[in-house]
Amino acid sequence: METFYWMDKLVLVVLLFLISLGIAAYQTYFERKLAAWIQDRVGPDRAGPFGILQPIADGVKMFMKEDFTPMNADRWLFIIGPGIAMFTSLITSAIIPWGPNLHLFGREISLQVAEINIGILFAFGIISIGVYGIMIGGWASNNKYSLFGAIRASSQMISYELAMGISAITIIMISGSLDLRAIVESQHGLNWNIWYQPVAFIVFFICALAETNRAPFDLPECENELIGGYHTEYSSMKLGLFLFSEYVAMFVSSAIMAILFFGGYNFPGMDALKDNPNLLAIIGVAVFFAKIFLLIFVFMWIRWTIPRFRFDQLMHLGWKVLIPIALVNMLITGFVVAFYHHWF
Amino acid sequence: MIATILTQILGALTVAAALMVVISKHPVRSVLYLVVTFFFISGLYIMMNAQFLAIVNLIVYAGAIMVLFLFVLMLLNLNKESEPKTPTLSWIIASIAAGTLFVVFIAALKDIVLVSQPGDNVALSNIGLVKNLGNTLFTKYVVPFEISSILFISAMVGAILLAKREKQMID
Amino acid sequence: MESLTNRKKVVSDKPMTFVEKLYIPAILKGMMVTFKHILKRRKTVKYPEETREFAPIYRGMHVLKRDEQGRENCTACGLCAVACPAEAITMTSAERTKDQAHLYREEKYAVTYEINMLRCIFCGLCEEACPKEAVFLTDRLVPTQFERGEFIYGKDKLVEPADSRIDITKRQFTGKRTHV
Repeated sequence: METFYWMDKLVLVVLLFLISLGIAAYQTYFERKLAAWIQDRVGPDRAGPFGILQPIADGVKMFMKEDFTPMNADRWLFIIGPGIAMFTSLITSAIIPWGPNLHLFGREISLQVAEINIGILFAFGIISIGVYGIMIGGWASNNKYSLFGAIRASSQMISYELAMGISAITIIMISGSLDLRAIVESQHGLNWNIWYQPVAFIVFFICALAETNRAPFDLPECENELIGGYHTEYSSMKLGLFLFSEYVAMFVSSAIMAILFFGGYNFPGMDALKDNPNLLAIIGVAVFFAKIFLLIFVFMWIRWTIPRFRFDQLMHLGWKVLIPIALVNMLITGFVVAFYHHWF
Repeated sequence: MIATILTQILGALTVAAALMVVISKHPVRSVLYLVVTFFFISGLYIMMNAQFLAIVNLIVYAGAIMVLFLFVLMLLNLNKESEPKTPTLSWIIASIAAGTLFVVFIAALKDIVLVSQPGDNVALSNIGLVKNLGNTLFTKYVVPFEISSILFISAMVGAILLAKREKQMID
Repeated sequence: MESLTNRKKVVSDKPMTFVEKLYIPAILKGMMVTFKHILKRRKTVKYPEETREFAPIYRGMHVLKRDEQGRENCTACGLCAVACPAEAITMTSAERTKDQAHLYREEKYAVTYEINMLRCIFCGLCEEACPKEAVFLTDRLVPTQFERGEFIYGKDKLVEPADSRIDITKRQFTGKRTHV
């Protein structure tokens, strides 16, 4: 039984790794396509039918480029930086419950790598150390633009983490658990948290944009002021890791948002499939991924609509707008939850 | 058994990383070793079944405070040339001071006998889990908890006041 | 004053209302604009396979025309060179001998005829000045080169080959030609 358990986990980990990387790769393709469509262009269409092989071509290009380390750069930190960025983006996917339990080969298989009872805190912990990859990479490059990018990244991430955490507390209060699986289970059917917490969702979404360094908050890497920001000096697959980690982070943060606000793998009418848990699990996973893709689409849609913030506007929005809104929202939610449970 | 060995390995790694904080010449590397130290300490918390503490340690110390440390260090000009020369005398004085402190610590900890009491086994008591920790904090230790929150608020007010005064002087 | 088109917008800097300060309606409005563009027809073409049609009055690389019998129209009068505002055209002329009658239509012809494509501004004044319907600007593009000297086009590049004529029937009708 124990060996089966470990084998299930191993298969799940490898699958998750491949899926994360594959989705990240095709996010780059879809991002370029969407940018093209919004700008009335065609987009990449040369590699394969509709340019479907473009990510592979890009990957090969990345590997073929010269791996350059600038003079006076801190060699070790320069190498470690992109690694940390990639690691922190990928590791969060371990705690995400991807679907209801499968019943195969006479045993129950959980579609969650690590069932830890403080899942959401773990996610926040990983997000909070995610900034180190960018900071170390930017500082080790020994380039003023990279340093600017690194400093902007750190101050931006710290500011937006607070509002993000406070808006997530409301969800914890409603579902009464830090366990992501329990949070998902509490949103059965169409009983999603977004109906109760639209304000928290908006705050969380804005913070997620900032935490993944996506436009309009892509100040750490803004191409036209900082010529790439923290990855100015990077080339070859190290740059690839940085760019890739952004897309993986986008995928994972979309998954977390889908869990916290859109019911994860819950979908209306799931009670009808109670007798067939495997079908329920498969449809659940598909629904979950559909939600994730929709959120990723919104991420990209926003990127190609809204221009970049100025840095003081970014700080103003984070500290003076989002945190007060999140705090007031948390207070109101706390009172409502207390009344609901008749604690007064 | 495995847990004990893991704990010991983690403890050794913690001490090694903490030593590297002091030994490494470059301040940025020191801070990064400090981050690594916090990771190992979080690992030790997990070994003691205190997952909440482990993660909060990561979020607060590794994720926020150390980022600010690094933030400040990155803004400093850390060229070898601009660094002031430390006279040999201050080296000697610093070594003596640190050595004395070390001796005091050793002397203080030498005679301590760790006695385990029934129900004191941290790994089994589940005191570190969120629910138990919250219950303890808001019942047994509610006064220290609230006082510390007042302390934090006063620190915040002080910081805001300092920032404000700067502005008035410009006017 | 009465507006003619009713398209002008009055700009004001009145303080924003609360709803405007939320910015979210404005952001959603902007996002709807970009979303409509996703569904629109693409404005670009897939270039190497598809090319855009040139306008009929497009002025590209010059051609020196021949008449129906394959004789060069140019009589080396130099009017095009005089008309050229960029002084891109030079030529030398000679009188045609008896056995050259099948080569040149007029009794005087251009021995050399050079257009410096780096100087040329493709204004089309040479075409307008030409009394013999000899020089025309076509919808062909001047290809890129690595050396400056290669941009000075002589008769070898400008005169149309007798067996593959350059079509100029789509050129704007200048009034000088009675037939195309």
